[in-house]
This record gives sequence, structure tokens and C-alpha cells, in this order.
Amino acid sequence: MELGKPNLEAFADTLIALGQQDRDLLVVTSDSRGSGKLAPFAQTLPDQIVEVGIAEQNLVGISAGLAAAGKKVFAVSPACFLTARSLEQIKNDVAYSDQPVRLVGISAGVSYGALGSTHHSLHDFAALRAIHNLAIVAPADNFETQAAITAAYHAGRPVYLRFGKKPMPHLHAEGTPFEIGRAIPLATGSDVTLIATGETVAPALQASQILGMQGVSAGVLSMHTIKPLDTAALLDVAQRSKAVITVEEHSVYGGLGEACAAVLIQHGIRTAFKIVAIPDEYTVTGSQAEIFAHYGITPEGLASTARHCSNSS
Amino acid sequence: MTELELRLKSVQYRKTILRIIHRAQAGHTGGSLSCTDILNVLYNHVMDVSPENFDDPNRDRYIQSKGHSVEALYTVLADRGFYPVEALDTLNQYQSHFIGHPTRKVNGIEQNTGALGHGLSVAVGLALAAKQDGRPYRVFTLLGDGELTEGSSWEASMTAAHYRLDNLVVIVDRNGLQITGPTEQVVALESLEDKFLAFGYAVRSCDGNDIAALVRMFEQVPFEPGKPNLILAQTVKGKGVSFIENQIKWHHRVPTDDELARALAELEQAERELKVMA
Repeated sequence: MELGKPNLEAFADTLIALGQQDRDLLVVTSDSRGSGKLAPFAQTLPDQIVEVGIAEQNLVGISAGLAAAGKKVFAVSPACFLTARSLEQIKNDVAYSDQPVRLVGISAGVSYGALGSTHHSLHDFAALRAIHNLAIVAPADNFETQAAITAAYHAGRPVYLRFGKKPMPHLHAEGTPFEIGRAIPLATGSDVTLIATGETVAPALQASQILGMQGVSAGVLSMHTIKPLDTAALLDVAQRSKAVITVEEHSVYGGLGEACAAVLIQHGIRTAFKIVAIPDEYTVTGSQAEIFAHYGITPEGLASTARHCSNSS
Repeated sequence: MTELELRLKSVQYRKTILRIIHRAQAGHTGGSLSCTDILNVLYNHVMDVSPENFDDPNRDRYIQSKGHSVEALYTVLADRGFYPVEALDTLNQYQSHFIGHPTRKVNGIEQNTGALGHGLSVAVGLALAAKQDGRPYRVFTLLGDGELTEGSSWEASMTAAHYRLDNLVVIVDRNGLQITGPTEQVVALESLEDKFLAFGYAVRSCDGNDIAALVRMFEQVPFEPGKPNLILAQTVKGKGVSFIENQIKWHHRVPTDDELARALAELEQAERELKVMA
């Protein structure tokens, strides 16, 4: 797989392209333009960036007000702060008030690695899934990031997007159809399907290749949208393969895995099923890659989990 | 509208507020009565907003941060023709849009509020958009004094001053009481004037239950070019009904049948006196 740039940079580049076409597009930051790779945006479109300082509640409230006045707002802040400190503003000022703010959680999951749990967002899917009127999207590669940001720009409704800051391999061909709420199949398999989201899609795809070489037919679904969940795609792969593994850079609680489990159970599908995510413990210290490896979110780790799961089915 | 006509409206609004709270058997009586005159002057004298121009991007905006005093807002919007006053008979009923805090499901309301400390940031966003686009509208927001302990209010204040939002008018309903007791006993707020000055506002104070004083105050906006405006409206919680005024228990107490009758009798007496003066 050819390595692309960080999704963070794909996001920032996309915003410049969109912002040059629309003077009403605004980026609102909480002292986060550097972390958000938005310095080029600020240089190119200085009148379209609003700084509120380190004040995430205010970031979201102001963004709601700007959106109410017709601005197309991207509120950008590290996912850990945006979705915890400002949770009530997201719930009330954006989602409940139906103000079409695009909330962008940068350096999501364990991207900040050794900075520790203050800077991790392993709760954001869980917290935001319970809020009505908010789409949740975790793009996997540069293409999904660009497509998701563009889709959110056009959506005209509240959207939360989150991604990391490490270079990501290209997973999709240019021109692949992208729609918020519609998963993208990357491989099909009859033994096991890995349903992954965000930056765990790449190791899931690599795992499927390892499994293929070992004679295990493994599918991969990029479930970039956590809400609304593409239940049709989920049910389809669950019926066509003997086991389902979900993979996410999030707590085992309340994220992609539990969302999929709820759908499968309520549709009477009793398949072998495993949630691969960050367990409910003090997260091991280390870089994002080391944390992933510790919890088995690697090509080899996922292939091993998938083999066990499909063997037990 | 003349001062006398506005004063008459305030009395009539207070009657409606008490009637709808009594009918719904729920509501924030004290706070709604304390901000009645402010809303009256804003909607009938100051702001350029009406059912006819509510889609106009240049309309003035009003954000009620102290969302719990929604009965006053519902009453004034009905009188301004956003919906028939009879709609308020559904207050708090199953499937009614007229619930205990403002929502955009109700015509005339700009933003859903109710959790305290939210309105000012939203108002700052609206005012900032007007500055960016060169639009003439102004943004008015009403804060309770009790909610000023929410830190988000001060985050928003810093931003308002930084962006020199002199099109933003923040009104503090300074009635001095919150649900637990006097604000100065719960967690002291004073000196509010010094605090708001330090945060970069042009600060003024007036009797927030005096129609003429409010009219004069709003006519002076912007107080100082390049500074957000802040009005410390010195009000009486429960204003207009002798036995409700300044009583902590009336924060969200509902009048009994007898209390409603006595309150309405007091207000009708005030109404008769004003009509004689007219």
C-alpha cells in the first residue's frame, strides 16, 4: 500500500480548496491552528479563520452562532477536548438547536500517544452516539478524509469528524463513491469480515491479506460512518461470512463494536463476533503504534484474532 | 409606542405569564416577572424583528441565555404576532412545542437554550458574523445573574472584547436571587461592574424594571465604539406582584388558585391606574 500524507493534512488541504470557492466557509480554532495543520489555511484565507483561544466550550458556542448566521463552520480542536469539555455545547448549541456546525476532532483516539489519557479520545463515539442529530465520521485514508470533509461541507447539518495525524496508506482508488452513512467494501471474504473504522482500516486490510495467504477468506469493510451506521452493509457481510470482527481506535464500550453487535442481535444474526478496541483499563503508555500493537491492532494481531474467531464459529 | 403604552403592556404581559404558569402548573415565575420589562422594551421599541422579517438576514437577533424564564419570552412573542396567544394554553403539554425552555420549534426563537452559560457564546458568534459580513443587525442576549458563575460566560466575554463586538448587547437580569438564595450568599458575584469592565465591556447600569430608563439605555447603544455593550439591569425578582417580589421560593413556585386571583387583582388595579393616566 502506498503511503499518503496524514489525514490531518488531507483535511487542511481540502478546507483551503473549499474555502477558496466559498467566502462563507469559516474555520474556528481554539489555539489549535498549528495542531490542525491550518497555518496554510490562515495564510491563504486569513479572513476565514476565527481564533477563540483555549476555550473549547466557547469554540462550539461561537461556531453555533456563526452557523446560525449562515456561515459554513468547521470547528477544529483536538478530539479529546472538543468532545469532552464541550460536550454540552455540542448537545445543545449544535445538535439540539440544529445548527449545521462541522465539528472536527483532530489527533483523535490515541494519536497523541505518550501524552497520556488527558489527550486521548477513546470516549467520543460513545458520548456522541447518544446525541440525536449528529453524524459521526472517522475517515480511514486521505481519500476518505477529503470526501468526508467535502460531504460534511455540503451536508447542511451537524457532523462530527475525527482522524489522526500519522501518514496513512492509500486504501481507495480516486473516484470511489463516498457517502456519509454508506460503508465502503475493500475486500470480500466468506470466512471472516473485518469491519474497521478510521485509522484501523489499514491494518485490517493488511490482516485480510495475511489471512488470504493462510487460506482464510477475509473481507474488509471500511465503516467510516459510526452514525448513521450502514446496517445494510453490516447485515450483508454478516450473512456472507462466518465471523465478524470489529476494529476501532476507541474504548470497547459504546463504539463501532457495540453498535454492530446491537444491530446483529436485533436482526437475529448469531455469528461469531469479536470487538477489537481499547479495553476498559488505564491505557498502556507509548506511541500510537505501540498502543495499537499492545492491544492487537496490527496486521498480525488482527489476523490472529480473526483466525481464532473464524475457527470457533 | 409611548412609555405609558409600554408600561401597560408590561402589566398585561405579567397577567399572561401568571395565567399560563398557573394553567401549566409549572414555570419560572420569579425570573419571568423580573425580565418582563426588558423583553417588552426590546421587542416593542428596540429590536428590528417581527414575524414579517424573521427570515431576513439583517433582522436583529435575541438569544435568551436564561432560558428558564421562557414564559416571559413566549408571552411577548405571542403579543408580537409570532403565534396566537391561545397557543400558550398548551404550555408543557404532551407534544406541545411550548416547553419549559426555548426551542426553535417555536416561531420567533433563534436558539435552543436552557442549560446556563451557553447563550453568550452563541450571541458572540452571531455578532461576529455580522461584523464579518458588514451586516447592520445587532445581537441582544439576556443573562441571569445566577448563571454568571458558569465559566463559559467569561470565555465568551473575552472573545467579544477581542473582536470589538459593539453590535453585541448583553443584558444581565440582576435580580440578586437564584434558586438557593441571594447570589451574594451562594457565590458572591460583586463587583460585577468591575468584572465586566475588566473583561472589556462598556458597562452601564439602570433600573431594569423602569421602562423609561430601559428605553434611554438602549438608545445609547453602542455605548463606546469597539466595545461590547453590557447593561446591568437592576431588577426585582417577581416584579409586579407584592407577595411574589423578592421571595426566593417564587423562583419556580406555581401560584395557587387563590394566589393567582390575588396577583391578577393587583395587576388589574395597576392596569386601571395606567389607563386613567392614558
